[in-house]
Amino acid sequence: MGVEGIGARVTRKEDKRFLTGKGRYTDDMTVPGMKYACFVRSPYAHAKISNIDATAAKAMPGVIDVLDGKQLQADGIGNLICGWMIHSKDGSPMRMGAWHPLAVDTVRYVGDAIAIVVADSSGEARDAAEAVVIDYEQLPVVTEAVAALASGAPQIHPEAPGNLIFDWQIGEPDAVDKAIAAAAHVTEIEILNNRLSPNPMEPRATLGIYDTAEDHYTCYTTSQNPHVARLVMSAFYNVAPENKLRVIAPDVGGGFGSKIYIYPEEIICLWASKKTGVPVKWTSDRTEAFLTDAHGRDHVSKVKMAFDANNRITALKVDTIANLGAYMSLFSSAVPTYLYATLLSGQYAIPAIHANVRTVYTNTVPVDAYRGAGRPEATYLLERTMETAARELGISPAELRKINFIRSFPYQTPVIMNYDAGDYEASLNAAMQAADWAGFAARRSQSEAKGKKRGIGMSCYIEACGIAPSAAVGSLGAGVGLWESAEVRVNAVGTIEVLTGSHSHGQGHETTFAQLVAGRLGVPIESINIVHGDTDKVQMGMGTYGSRSGAVGMSAVVKALDKVEAKAKKIAAHLMEASEEDIVIENGELKVAGTDKSVPWFQVALASYTAHNLPSGMEPGLKETAFYDPSNFTFPAGCYIAEVEIDPDTGETDIVQFVAADDFGNIINPMIVEGQVHGGIAQGIGQALLENVQYDANGQLLTASYMDYAMPRADDLPSFTLSHQNTPCPGNPLGIKGCGEAGAIGSPPALINAITDAIGHNKLTMPATPMKVWQALHSAH
Amino acid sequence: MYATSYHRASSVEDAVKLKSANEEGRYLSGGMTLIATMKQRLAAPSDLIDLRHIPAIRGIRIEGRKVTIGAATPHADVAASRELAAICPAICKLAGHIGDPHVRHMGTIGGSIANNDPAADYPAGLLGLGATVVTDRRSISADDFFTGLFETALEEGEMVTSVTFEAPEKAGYAKFNNPASRFAMTGVFAAKTAGGIRVAVTGAGASGVFRHPGFEQALASNWSPDALSNVAVDASNLMADMHANAEYRANLVKVMAKRAVASAG
Ligand SMILES: Cc1cc2nc3c(=O)[nH]c(=O)nc-3n(C[C@H](O)[C@H](O)[C@H](O)COP(=O)(O)OP(=O)(O)OC[C@H]3O[C@@H](n4cnc5c(N)ncnc54)[C@H](O)[C@@H]3O)c2cc1C
Repeated sequence: MGVEGIGARVTRKEDKRFLTGKGRYTDDMTVPGMKYACFVRSPYAHAKISNIDATAAKAMPGVIDVLDGKQLQADGIGNLICGWMIHSKDGSPMRMGAWHPLAVDTVRYVGDAIAIVVADSSGEARDAAEAVVIDYEQLPVVTEAVAALASGAPQIHPEAPGNLIFDWQIGEPDAVDKAIAAAAHVTEIEILNNRLSPNPMEPRATLGIYDTAEDHYTCYTTSQNPHVARLVMSAFYNVAPENKLRVIAPDVGGGFGSKIYIYPEEIICLWASKKTGVPVKWTSDRTEAFLTDAHGRDHVSKVKMAFDANNRITALKVDTIANLGAYMSLFSSAVPTYLYATLLSGQYAIPAIHANVRTVYTNTVPVDAYRGAGRPEATYLLERTMETAARELGISPAELRKINFIRSFPYQTPVIMNYDAGDYEASLNAAMQAADWAGFAARRSQSEAKGKKRGIGMSCYIEACGIAPSAAVGSLGAGVGLWESAEVRVNAVGTIEVLTGSHSHGQGHETTFAQLVAGRLGVPIESINIVHGDTDKVQMGMGTYGSRSGAVGMSAVVKALDKVEAKAKKIAAHLMEASEEDIVIENGELKVAGTDKSVPWFQVALASYTAHNLPSGMEPGLKETAFYDPSNFTFPAGCYIAEVEIDPDTGETDIVQFVAADDFGNIINPMIVEGQVHGGIAQGIGQALLENVQYDANGQLLTASYMDYAMPRADDLPSFTLSHQNTPCPGNPLGIKGCGEAGAIGSPPALINAITDAIGHNKLTMPATPMKVWQALHSAH
Repeated sequence: MYATSYHRASSVEDAVKLKSANEEGRYLSGGMTLIATMKQRLAAPSDLIDLRHIPAIRGIRIEGRKVTIGAATPHADVAASRELAAICPAICKLAGHIGDPHVRHMGTIGGSIANNDPAADYPAGLLGLGATVVTDRRSISADDFFTGLFETALEEGEMVTSVTFEAPEKAGYAKFNNPASRFAMTGVFAAKTAGGIRVAVTGAGASGVFRHPGFEQALASNWSPDALSNVAVDASNLMADMHANAEYRANLVKVMAKRAVASAG
C-alpha cells in the first residue's frame, strides 16, 4: 500500500509525454533513406484479377518499385494464418481459405491489398498507386452472413463450400431439448449483434527496415503484442528467423483488439524493404482503417430460454451465425466459440446449455476480436433474453436475476468455465441503490407529464479475463500459450527496470506496474521504469488483450519480485549478520525485524554488484525472470443500469443516468480503472445507439468515414456513476480480475433493455438510432 | 492531395483576376469542404485562391435592420455577434450549431452557400430569411441562388462577396443532427419577414433546400406551432439514405418546423 502502491490514485507517469505531444508512435519513426508505401487496393468486393500492369506506375516520378502478390509468393512469403483450430461438430477441421498478403488472382473485399508501391514520398506513392492498371472480372457479392449460407450464394473460397467455415457446438443438445419440452415457460428471441469498426485514435502503421550487412529485419508496428507478431512472422510467414527479426511496438494509440493481428502490411513492408533495399514505411489513413482494420461482432442468433414454474432457468438453447468476413483473421475462430459460448451461463445457474455456432465467409473486412470479443455478444444475448423473460413472466427483472444467480463458488458451468469467486447480488444491489431504482415510477410519471417516454433497464454481465491457462486453451485449439513473462532488473544504485511481455497502448502500465513495485519495496515510483514493446529488450511475451495485463502480466512481475526480494534479503542478512527469516522490506530499507538495524535498498543493490561481500557461493547481480501461467480465467462481473428518456416526436434517446457496479477484485489504481470503465461504456453506448458498419449490395463500405460512421461523442454520454464491489480473485497473487472490457460488455443490453422498456415492446435492434426508435414507437407491433 | 498552387488574394478584383487566369483553379475560403475533398483526391484544383485575407468580405455590418455578412466571415463570428443576436438571434443560433468549434472557426458563410451541401444549415437560413447573395458582379435572391444538390446560380468564376437580408420580425431555426456527421438530417428555418412568412427546409429535400408553401400558408393565418399540426408533408420529394428514410424525414420536417416556430424570437 502507501501513497504510490497498490490501491493509490497515482497520476499516470506516461501522460507527460502524451499530453505534451512527445509520444513516439510508429509514424514518428524516421530512419535514413526511408521511403513511403502506398497499397493498391481492390475497389471491388469480389473479383478475379486477370492482369496487373505496373509499367506506367513504375515510370512515375519518385517511384522505386511496384511489387505484387506473385512476386511475394515467389519469394516464399507465407499466407496469413488463423491461430486457433476449431473443429465442426462432425469432427472435421475448420475450412480455411487462403489469405495471400497480396491478392494473387482473386480479391474478396473492398480494400483487399493487391500491390505495394514504394516511392520517395507518400504523395508520389499514392499517385503511382492510382496508375497501376488492374483488369478485373467482377464476381457476385454477398455481405451478410445469413445470405452467405443460403443455397446459390456467391462462393467466396473454394475450400469452404457454401461459405461455411465451421459448424460447431458446445453443451448438451438432448438435455436442453428435454428441458425445453418440459418447461413451464419458454422465452424465444432473435438477437442481432451489430458490426462495429474499432477506431483506435492512432491508425495502423508499420516501418520495415532490412539491414543488408546483418541480413536482419526491424519492424516498427502498431501492435498490441509484438512478440506474437515476431513469432507468427517467423514461424508461418517466412519473413525471417526470430533472431533476424526485431519487432518494436513503440507508443501505440489504442487498439481495442484491432492491433492484435498480424496484418498483410507489416509482412509486405519488411519484404519490400529487402526487395527495394530501402526502409519502407506505411501509415494507414482513416478511410483505409475503416476498409481494412478487423471489424468486430456481427452475429445473428436465435435463443430459447426455458423456465420452471418457480421462474428458475432450466435450459438455454442458442443458434448463432457469425460473419467472419472475407478471410479468417488471427483469432477470428476463437471469438464466436470459446470466447463467446463459454460465457452463455452468465451469472446464472443454468443446468443445461447448448449453443450451435456457424461461421461464414462474406465479401467484407475480416472480423476478429474487438473490445470484449465474444463476451459482449454473449452478454447482450443473455441479458436481452433475461429482460424479455422477466416481462413475459410478469416479475421484476431484478427478481428474476436474483432467483437464478449463482451463489456458491467455485461453480462449474455446463460450458467449460469454472467461476472462482463472485457476489452478483452485491453488485445488483449497489447498482439499484445508486440508480434509485425504487424511485423510477415517480420519475417516469414526471417524464410522461412532459410528453416523454422513460425506461429503465439492467444488465448483469460476467466475462472471462486474464486469458488464459495455456494448457486449457491448448486443449481447445489455441496455437499459442497465454502465460506472461517478467524480468525485474535492479541496477547497481537501486533503481529498477521491469521488463514485461504485456504491452501498453492506453492502459497505463507504466504507472500501474510501477505501483506494484513501489508498494512492495517502498522505493519511489520515479525510480522504476517499465520496459515493454521491443523483442530485443523483452525476451518473450504474449501481449495485451482480454484484460490480461493485470491478472497475468503483473502476476509474472510478482513472481520475479519474489525472487529478487529473496536474494536481497539474503544479502541484507549477510551484511547485518542477521538471519534471513528476520529481514523485512519496508520504506526502501531492509530491516531486521524488531531491531533498529537496517540497510537501505540501494546499498543492497550496490553490494550485489560490487560483489565484495556476498554470502558464499552467491552469484553477483540482482536480476530475476519469471513466467506466470494462470491456473484459470478470472471472472469480473457486475451490474449496469441505464435509464433513458425518449422524445416520441423524434425517437431521440437521452441517457438520463448510467450506473455501473463492477467487481474487478482488487484494484491497482482506481483512477485508471475508472478511465477504463468510462471508455468501455462509451464504446458500449456507441454500439447500442450509434455505431454500425454498413455495406451496400455490391459490397461497397458505406460507412467509410466519420461522416457516416457514428462514433459516440462527449455530448452523447451522460456522467457515469461507478462503484466497485470486491471479491478478490483467488487464482492470482494480486487478487485482480481485469477491467479493460467490462464497460463495453455490460452496457449495450442495459441500454436496449431501458429503451425497449420505454417503448413498451421488444422490436428493436442495435444501434437504436432515433429513426429506429421512432419507427418502433409508431409502427404497429 | 495532388499538387496545387496557392495564391492569397488581396482584394475581390485580385481574386476574380486570379481565378480567370487559372481556369482549373478554385476559390478557397475556410477549406472545410474543399481541402477535405482534395485530401481524398476527389478534387484537384490547379490553383487555390484564398479569400480569407480580403478585409472587404470579412465581418458583419448592421445598418438599422439591414444585415450584411461578408462571404469570408467564419461561422463562429456569426454565432458570437451580439449586434446580430439583438435583431436576428435565429441566424446566430444556426451558425453556432454548425459542426464543431474547429469547423466554426474555419468554415465561412460564403463557402457554405457556394458549396450548397443539401444538409448544410445556412441555405435554410438564407432561403428562410429571403436573403440576397451579393457576388462580384450581381445580386441574386436566395430563391434563385440554390438550384439543386451542390448546385447554385453562380457562374464560372463568379465569387460570393456577401450576404444581405432585412432582420425578420421573428425567426427560429430547429435542427435535427445526423448522428454521424452532425450536419442537418433535417433543419427548418421559419421567419416572419417583411415580405411574408417563409419556411425553408434543409437536410431533407431530394434536390436540396426548399420552401414549404403548406407551412407558410398555415403560419400566415396563425403563427404558432399548432397551426402546422394538420399540414401534410409529402415524403415523395425527400431524401432517403442509410441514416434516415423519407418517411422519417417527413416526420422530422414537421417536428422541426414546429420547434422552429416555437423557438422564434
Ligand atoms: C466536420 C465538419 C462538420 C461540418 N458540419 C456542418 C454542419 O453541421 N452544418 C453545415 O452547414 N456545415 C457543416 N460543415 C461545413 C462547413 O461548415 C463549411 O461551411 C463548409 O465546409 C464550406 O465552407 P468553407 O468556408 O470551408 O468553404 P471551402 O471549403 O473553402 O469551399 C467550399 C466550396 O465553395 C467555393 N467557395 C468558397 N468561397 C467562395 C466564394 N466566396 N465564392 C464562390 N465560391 C466559393 C470553393 O471553391 C469550394 O468549391 C462541416 C464541415 C466539417 C469539416
